[in-house]
Amino acid sequence: MIAIPRLLQEALLATAARYPERTALVAGNVRLSYREVADYACRLAHALRSRGVERGDRVMIFMENDWRCAASIFGVLLAGGVFVAVNAQTKRDKLAFILRDAGARVLLSESHLARVFGPLVEQLPTLQVLCAPDTEELPAGVENVDEALIDMPATPPPQSTITLDLAALLYTSGTTGEPKGVMHTHQSLLFVLESINEYLGFSEDDRLFSALPLNFGYGLFQWLSAVRAGATLVLERSFAYPAQAFKRMRDEAATSFAGVPTMFAMLLAQDAKQLLRFPSVRLLTNAAAALPVEFIPGLRRLFPNARLCKMYGQTECIRSAYLEPALAEAKPESVGRAIPGTELLLLGEDGRPVAVGEVGTLYVRGPHVMRGYWNQPERTAEVLTPNPLSGERLLRSGDLFRQDADGDFYFVARGDEIIKSRGEKVSPAEVENAIYCLPSVREAVVVGIPDPLLGEAVCAFVAPREGGQLSVQQIKRACGERLENYMVPKYVLLVSDLPRTENGKLSRKLVLEQYAALLAESA
Amino acid sequence: MSIKQTIRRFILENFLFTDDESILEDGDSFLAAGMIDSTGVLEVVFFIEETFGIKVKDDEMLPDNLDSVDCLVAFIQRKQAIVAE
Repeated sequence: MIAIPRLLQEALLATAARYPERTALVAGNVRLSYREVADYACRLAHALRSRGVERGDRVMIFMENDWRCAASIFGVLLAGGVFVAVNAQTKRDKLAFILRDAGARVLLSESHLARVFGPLVEQLPTLQVLCAPDTEELPAGVENVDEALIDMPATPPPQSTITLDLAALLYTSGTTGEPKGVMHTHQSLLFVLESINEYLGFSEDDRLFSALPLNFGYGLFQWLSAVRAGATLVLERSFAYPAQAFKRMRDEAATSFAGVPTMFAMLLAQDAKQLLRFPSVRLLTNAAAALPVEFIPGLRRLFPNARLCKMYGQTECIRSAYLEPALAEAKPESVGRAIPGTELLLLGEDGRPVAVGEVGTLYVRGPHVMRGYWNQPERTAEVLTPNPLSGERLLRSGDLFRQDADGDFYFVARGDEIIKSRGEKVSPAEVENAIYCLPSVREAVVVGIPDPLLGEAVCAFVAPREGGQLSVQQIKRACGERLENYMVPKYVLLVSDLPRTENGKLSRKLVLEQYAALLAESA
Repeated sequence: MSIKQTIRRFILENFLFTDDESILEDGDSFLAAGMIDSTGVLEVVFFIEETFGIKVKDDEMLPDNLDSVDCLVAFIQRKQAIVAE
């Protein structure tokens, strides 16, 4: 047993010391041992330090979901920095917002992504860019990261970080439309890592398969869980080419598969065309959106030797609940109970616990709760509320749940208007803002509608200005230019007017009621 | 309309939301350029199955077959040749 680390990077260094030649990562054609990952991360840390990165500085990682992204996370931490990992699909305006909001000192990226970040380099003169060379040439003013690492030592630089320092800003969509940076410390991330590895029982013999993005808690923790356990992460860039992913799972004899419901729907659809079996997988996890109950029998056939663990969480605490695999069939609609070492409370509007079976708002207690939203004390105060009994702050999840007599929790509804599509959070306001960039738009309302593959599909109702010319394509393009593609509305409906509440506010609920028939026709 | 034109039009309309031909190179990787994601690949598969009367097998769902206009054209031609034999 490796002593419990105080800093995330100590988890990597300890595993690299213990199992230097074990495979840490398999991604594309690259296989890296723990020694190689630690070497790369240490060299990157020195390169960052020599470029002025100090304890607490934010370093953005804007990279494909590949080995460099995984190794760079530890490079930033070893430099004493705070990593800000951003999805490679992110468009320029949003990237610029996050770079500015986080006050990033260095950007780590790849040359083919210069089409996105290139113009920002001039606008942000203090930002330094270290870039991995790939199919495209390095743009001007950008350093080649491989050259920067050549002369750097492969030993960890001296460290002054303590466990209470920030380790990551995890940007997440918010109801107001602008992403918020969720602040996690080394302590909060390590705590939840220990808890997750305890209830999932990972060991050094595991090979975790993940096609989930590393910038999102569920994907990030596939990598962190593997590092902590000394296991192997088999990382795919995406699940876009299922056959490639399936071959990889078989070739590497994956023992764990982390999915979201959309991936499971794709697996089941493929299985209906051509029989699929993954006997090597012993653990199947679901998170990010509720697993439809009717998927379970099919998943049992696909993964005949796997335990199924359903989980629930949010970026603000990474993970809140999990259902014991033995209960998957007995309680198919439950997300189970609090992860080890934490507590979940169900409170009514009066702030008192609700009775068994009654609906209440879920509050999360534990050392895994975030420190707050970066630079946003008011919004932090809305979700972190003082616990009078112990002096710590409770996380108000905002989601509504009920609890059965055994203490297991059942999701009832979201407390906000966030849409969950493909397991990703989509802020209706963020999509509406993109649509409002078109001058011919008078009003827009974005809602989520049920979809068998996506969970919810993004649907936009748009009313043009008088005399304004608008097409569905134009609206989708305006979104495609500004938003990650999972946020681009699948349906766009042009309507003459949008209903308002008595107070004159646009209402998503009224829109859905008024246009139910039109929606049924197009969807 | 040729296979290539049909595919280009489909990708431009459904993933790039434009009829501006200049923004799509036939050799561009859909994935690397962020044009298409996992559910998008399924849409492409449904489209070519319906439009060209072919069946895409599970083990053919690979980037070599599907990840650019050029790859798709070559793949469809190969499949059609097999059907014609």
